[in-house]
Amino acid sequence: MTVTELVSYEDALASYDPVMGLEVHVELGTKTKMFCGCSTELGADPNSQTCPTCLGMPGALPVVNAVGVESAIKIGLALNCEIAEWCRFARKNYFYPDMPKNFQTSQYDEPIAFNGYLDVQLEDGEVFRVEIERAHMEEDTGKSTHVGGATGRIHGASHSLLDYNRAGIPLIEIVTKPIEGAGERAPEVAKAYVAELRELIKALGVSEARMEMGQMRCDVNLSLRPNGTEKFGTRSETKNVNSLRSVERAVRYEVMRHAAVLSSGGTIVQETRHFHEEDGSTTAGRIKEEAEDYRYFPEPDLVPVAPSREWVEELRGTLPELPRVRRNRLREEWGISEHDMQSILNAGAVDLIVATVEAGADSAAARKWWMGELARRANEGGTELAAMPITPAQVARVAALVADGSLNDKLARQVIEGVLAGEGDPDAVVEKRGLKVVSDEGALGAAVDEAIAANAAIADKIRGGKVAAAGALVGAVMKTTRGQADAARVRELILQKLGVEG
Amino acid sequence: MTTELIKLTAAEIAEKIAAGELTAVEVTEAHLARIEAVDEKVHAFLHVDREGALKQARAVDEKRARGEKLGPLAGVPLALKDIFTTEGIPTTVGSKILEGWIPPYDATLTKRLKDADVVILGKTNMDEFAMGSSTENSAYGPTGNPWDLTKIPGGSGGGSSAALASYEAPLAIGTDTGGSIRQPAAVTGTVGVKPTYGAVSRYGMVAFSSSLDQGGPCARTVLDAALLHEVIAGHDPLDSTSIDAPVPPVVEAARNGSVEGMRVGVVKQFRGEGYQAGVLQRFDESVELLRELGAEIVEVDCPSFDLALAAYYLIAPSECSSNLARFDGLRYGLRAGDDGTRSAEDVTALTREAGFGPEVKRRVMLGTYALSSGYYDAYYGSAQKVRTLITRDFEKAFEQVDVMVSPTTPTTAFAIGERADDPMAMYLADLCTIPTNLAGNAAMSLPCGLAPEDGLPVGLQIIAPAMKDDRLYKVGAAVEAAFTARWGHPLLEEAPAL
Repeated sequence: MTVTELVSYEDALASYDPVMGLEVHVELGTKTKMFCGCSTELGADPNSQTCPTCLGMPGALPVVNAVGVESAIKIGLALNCEIAEWCRFARKNYFYPDMPKNFQTSQYDEPIAFNGYLDVQLEDGEVFRVEIERAHMEEDTGKSTHVGGATGRIHGASHSLLDYNRAGIPLIEIVTKPIEGAGERAPEVAKAYVAELRELIKALGVSEARMEMGQMRCDVNLSLRPNGTEKFGTRSETKNVNSLRSVERAVRYEVMRHAAVLSSGGTIVQETRHFHEEDGSTTAGRIKEEAEDYRYFPEPDLVPVAPSREWVEELRGTLPELPRVRRNRLREEWGISEHDMQSILNAGAVDLIVATVEAGADSAAARKWWMGELARRANEGGTELAAMPITPAQVARVAALVADGSLNDKLARQVIEGVLAGEGDPDAVVEKRGLKVVSDEGALGAAVDEAIAANAAIADKIRGGKVAAAGALVGAVMKTTRGQADAARVRELILQKLGVEG
Repeated sequence: MTTELIKLTAAEIAEKIAAGELTAVEVTEAHLARIEAVDEKVHAFLHVDREGALKQARAVDEKRARGEKLGPLAGVPLALKDIFTTEGIPTTVGSKILEGWIPPYDATLTKRLKDADVVILGKTNMDEFAMGSSTENSAYGPTGNPWDLTKIPGGSGGGSSAALASYEAPLAIGTDTGGSIRQPAAVTGTVGVKPTYGAVSRYGMVAFSSSLDQGGPCARTVLDAALLHEVIAGHDPLDSTSIDAPVPPVVEAARNGSVEGMRVGVVKQFRGEGYQAGVLQRFDESVELLRELGAEIVEVDCPSFDLALAAYYLIAPSECSSNLARFDGLRYGLRAGDDGTRSAEDVTALTREAGFGPEVKRRVMLGTYALSSGYYDAYYGSAQKVRTLITRDFEKAFEQVDVMVSPTTPTTAFAIGERADDPMAMYLADLCTIPTNLAGNAAMSLPCGLAPEDGLPVGLQIIAPAMKDDRLYKVGAAVEAAFTARWGHPLLEEAPAL
């Protein structure tokens, strides 16, 4: 790999203005494939989910999956697109061994959805509008595994294995118009767009959109033009950038690389580039000497798709609240800052907190437990917050026990530990571990008397008006009660016994 | 007995089996014996499924013995064009590239035939991928015309038409993309119908040109064709382009032939240069006959038909270039040059080089060129516009007439080898049949006599509007009855013995 010269990001932006184009492929979560009845379940034995149609056998024909069309329309509507009254599938002809028919059934000049936009919110709350060119339906290819080479790439491999289980799984390709005006925030805009799109897809229920599973894949097109000019520069197309962080890094890297080439008097070659997760760099793939000729023509084996206006309006009526709108509503309801909301979002805690509030907790307590103790433990264990073996209802119960004084924070943390360890519901853990705040006033009073006697000097200070010193006595009482006392009540008792108003 | 038996019509065979006068096994064995006796000379079949046919026949006989109701074609043998997939039975499409391929599934049409207890004798020869008008493009050698074995039996379905004309089968299946059912029927003195596009499912029919391909019935009589039509037509959820409407009453129409009071259009464009004198003579006599039978004859003008051949030879190759891309040697059929050192691309190239014949290669190249960016609008795009114009010509004509008639093909059967090196001459054989494929409506060819100059059969083409396939049978049955009465016997009786 040749070392690529870069200029610093700041220097690049001082001279150049980035223009981006993002192409995102989303695998729909339909039960069956786009053009046949085969299952789309992941993880099955290779080639066990195939039939004459998705294997491209002679004579086999496609039939359109109605749920696939419905999902495409929902995505289009959520992206504020126009929905075609009449559109067709088209054949995209090219050769590749993992594509059984050697053409991909896709859409060309008649996409199902077009001319929309998605408003995305940056970390500081600023809203940036990304214009959508089109969203169209197509089918996925099979999967090649190259065996015998060093890197898993075809180069140097002794042979390849083909699995057609994925062939024919419905895809929606969403293409933006050129994204201009993002300036230095281009990497952030790109990331926020993909993140927002992912949230949107999930909220629509049309796909789980898990990027790590390849259910959502992103290609990043980028070009630079000198600041103050209009004409777009030559673009590079970085393929398969498959995480939010990678999207941000790929844009940043390409800005720095393009700037280095341009400012040294070179020219950018229009080419596809591979992204490398390890160091965030890109390297050249195949050069597009001339535009590839896919010889598109309308698919004669399928009849046109003509969604009635009534159906489209019916689907519009079923659209859920958009993720950005929901987030802003929750942020206001919870009374938290943009920054805090972003942290909750990054931690994947929004739905967990909402569910905990629905189970009876107040939002501050729900946030505190999920973003504090639970986030810390998830982080330590390297797992997703949502994958922790505790339910929002259980967290709500812990919060309720704290609220009614049965537990203090320290005890509550032990209850959570018990739940996570599989000891049962919070009440069962309290029972088994004997975690109860000491509320026997007699026993508590004796412990307070004992602490005052043992710390006469401090007691005097308090009597003299230094109320803040009471903390030390509270600590002593908590120690003798092994943490099972209600600290607030202990403090009250101490002040009362020393004749001081709190 | 056997000679008598093989000359029965499908309707007669079915009737006799139902009445217990014949067994299906007897009928099947007679036809298998006939194939054994003459097919070495005719070469109508690529594959004879002796075992499967007898098994199916026995099942029919057992069904009858149990007193179960039999379908209208139960026990009748049929020759299936080798373009429909048959589970467990080779399907080659007349190409080396599918040599040895055993399909894992039945075409919808195959399934319907089996469900109707039709006995499938085997798979018939054809031009490779249905591209041709003579069956000379088969990778497995030509088929002879039973009227004169040195002549072509038409194409692409020459195996099916020859099987009928040589009494190897009373029924056959063809497919018609530009005339591949009708032109073979015309040159062999048999009956062939291209139903309305979408009437017969294309699921399991190996695609040549998806928007033009249509399977249909072939027989020796109009009624037999109608009986078969009814079995194979009907909506199929596995074919998006299949018509979701009741099948027109074709059998009823065939049983009640009449042209009384009908308006019959004679297409002005279908005569002139290139038409054999004897063909025009027989055609003119047919028109006269129709008039005598009570039809009103109207001349119709379809100016866009002159562009049909050109449009067809852009659309069909374009679609074929894409449909045939899947034959890459990776998943099924022939694989050439895979010695462990070559890349997938090289093996694919070598496989296609070895597996496709010259006409297939010519059309793939033509189509690839016509779809290329920068040429698409001029070629494929313009051809689609012509298609619309032709459809409008038909619509206008059918405002004036109920059916149209023309010669099926400009000449009688030509000699094997005569046009093999002249693709343009070969393409002209489909001049009169192609407009119907482009517009998607229905047409039939049936015998209307022998050309005086060569003594070979001439076909009369009847054309009906889309979804009005029954009109073909109504008119066809009337013409057939009148000609048979005039000749004193079916035309095929005049063919020399094999």
